[in-house]
Amino acid sequence: MNIIVCIKQVPDTAEIRINPETNTLMREGVPSIINPFDLHAIEAAIQIREQMGGRVTVLTMGPPQAETSLREAVSMGADDAVLLSDRAFAGSDTWATSYTLAQAIRKLGADIVFCGKQAIDGDTAQVGPETAEFLDIPHISYIRKIEEVNENYIRVERLMDEGYDIVESSLPVLLTVVRELNTPRLPSLKGKMAAKKAEIKKLGMADIGADENNLGLKGSPTQVKNIFAPEVKAERKMIEGSPEEQVDNLIKELKEIKCL
Amino acid sequence: MDYFFDEEQIMIRDLARQIADEKVMPIRAELDEKEEFPWDIMNILAQSDFLGIYIPEEYGGMGRGGFEFCLAVEELSRACLGVSTTYAANALGTYPILLYGSEEQKKKYLPDIASGRKLVAFALTEANAGSDAAGVQTTARLEGNEYVLNGTKQWITNGGEAGIYTVIAITDKSKGARGASAFIVEKDTPGFTFGKKENKMGIRSSSTRELIFENCRIPKENVIGKPGMGFIVAMKTLDSSRTGVGAQGVGVAQGAFEAAAAYALERQQFGQPIISIQAVQHILADMATQIEAARALVYAVAKFIDTKAKDVSKESAMAKLFATDVAMKVTVDAVQVMGGAGYMREYPVEKMMRDAKILQIYEGTNQIQRNVIGQALVKETAKKK
Repeated sequence: MNIIVCIKQVPDTAEIRINPETNTLMREGVPSIINPFDLHAIEAAIQIREQMGGRVTVLTMGPPQAETSLREAVSMGADDAVLLSDRAFAGSDTWATSYTLAQAIRKLGADIVFCGKQAIDGDTAQVGPETAEFLDIPHISYIRKIEEVNENYIRVERLMDEGYDIVESSLPVLLTVVRELNTPRLPSLKGKMAAKKAEIKKLGMADIGADENNLGLKGSPTQVKNIFAPEVKAERKMIEGSPEEQVDNLIKELKEIKCL
Repeated sequence: MDYFFDEEQIMIRDLARQIADEKVMPIRAELDEKEEFPWDIMNILAQSDFLGIYIPEEYGGMGRGGFEFCLAVEELSRACLGVSTTYAANALGTYPILLYGSEEQKKKYLPDIASGRKLVAFALTEANAGSDAAGVQTTARLEGNEYVLNGTKQWITNGGEAGIYTVIAITDKSKGARGASAFIVEKDTPGFTFGKKENKMGIRSSSTRELIFENCRIPKENVIGKPGMGFIVAMKTLDSSRTGVGAQGVGVAQGAFEAAAAYALERQQFGQPIISIQAVQHILADMATQIEAARALVYAVAKFIDTKAKDVSKESAMAKLFATDVAMKVTVDAVQVMGGAGYMREYPVEKMMRDAKILQIYEGTNQIQRNVIGQALVKETAKKK
């Protein structure tokens, strides 16, 4: 079983600062960690390997310093680590990121791809599912439990607002995971030593056969104009009366504000 | 203070600290209250390779020594002595096999110990044998290819939870101290059962139980070393393990100091934090100085033992004696600095004070440690004449 876990290095702080000129995250001077949801993805991958054998590869796209996050994943028990790093990747939005990850995953080959449900810096939750689309494989998001897995089949529980779904899929498949799935293990001493010596495989644009036009800023349809905290304008109106009156009044209200 | 650790030693200390902070501290009060054996934490320690730190690599361990083991014990003790007692007793039970076990015994038992698949316990103490190790009454009679064990061991740490027991029993009453032997007994051997679990003042999450042997038959090959070597095995084991108890003392004292200092910074009296009051500063200054002295001694002795020096009884007794007396004094002082709050279960120092007391008692009372040191001094002095 070949398992790839996509991870992201994110700033470890609640006080993320935004560069007012470029509207992008300012990462200087902020300690970096593995995106917390991705730790659950790594744990899930290691548990499946312990049960079925195979290899766990952690994959990240980022600047050279993202290597420290890859080494941390190796100290938890990942077998291999791959860093996607190239000037051409800089400025990628979720579309370009997903395209790039998919190109790398296609080259590396995987039966299962794990991602955290979203990254705590961007919070889009788009990269996992988009990567599956580029790969043309099924994906199941927000999984909270893996009920069964074998060489060509998986059954999981997907967390929903109220309760959960049981979803089955053939392999290969991409899964995005929520915290409820497991408790990520701490590193081991032997893992930390292995991580120190581990060879980090580096892949660039040419290595993954990517089309330059789909990469980085150039390949990103998203243009960030402004980032701000939305103002809370909470206007409430209680519509009372019998159910029939309530419906009549609601329709009237909606017509007034031209929603109907 | 910087003790110039190598990269691996820093790794061991930091990961032990992370486990202590993230996994032990949040549940230590509950473990104490409920007297719950810390299986979850032992499993985390096993998964993170801490149970094999001092076991050679060929048997699945990390191949480091007693010094690195002390670093881990110190960090765990900073959070909870109940947990660190469980962890350190595992090493105490392992040392007889490590020091005197045959190649077959090492191959059979050490990999399971290093991986944490099985915990270990060391069983010397009995109703009439403790400080007087020669008072052991448990017997082992050779019958064909088996030894038959009879007797009761008392106050055995990890009793009931461990899968492997190293047990001291008398094989030849007529030979006195030379008539004792050390054995490996596996849990679930017929005739081997457990007595009551003790209700203790401190280290309440650790398991302390009687071991009862009633015609318990074990294979002849389970004798450690040679028949008659039981007391040598026990004494050399204790020589090696005592620094671990010293490290427990350093750790719990450090934990108590940190709690007291943090509280003194917050607590306002007479319009200022009490840490600004000289009377309080002097108590904290003495605590910190004693802790640093104890740490330096424990580290130095642990490194000395790791050189495989021939006779380490005096030095290991000094490390255990000094560091555990410091632990008792510092934890009492921490309660004093914190005043009423220190006496309350909401804060961790009353538990640390209760826990610390055992360090002056187990693995040789501090009076016995003074005997060991005294006898060594007599020998050294007589030699010089």
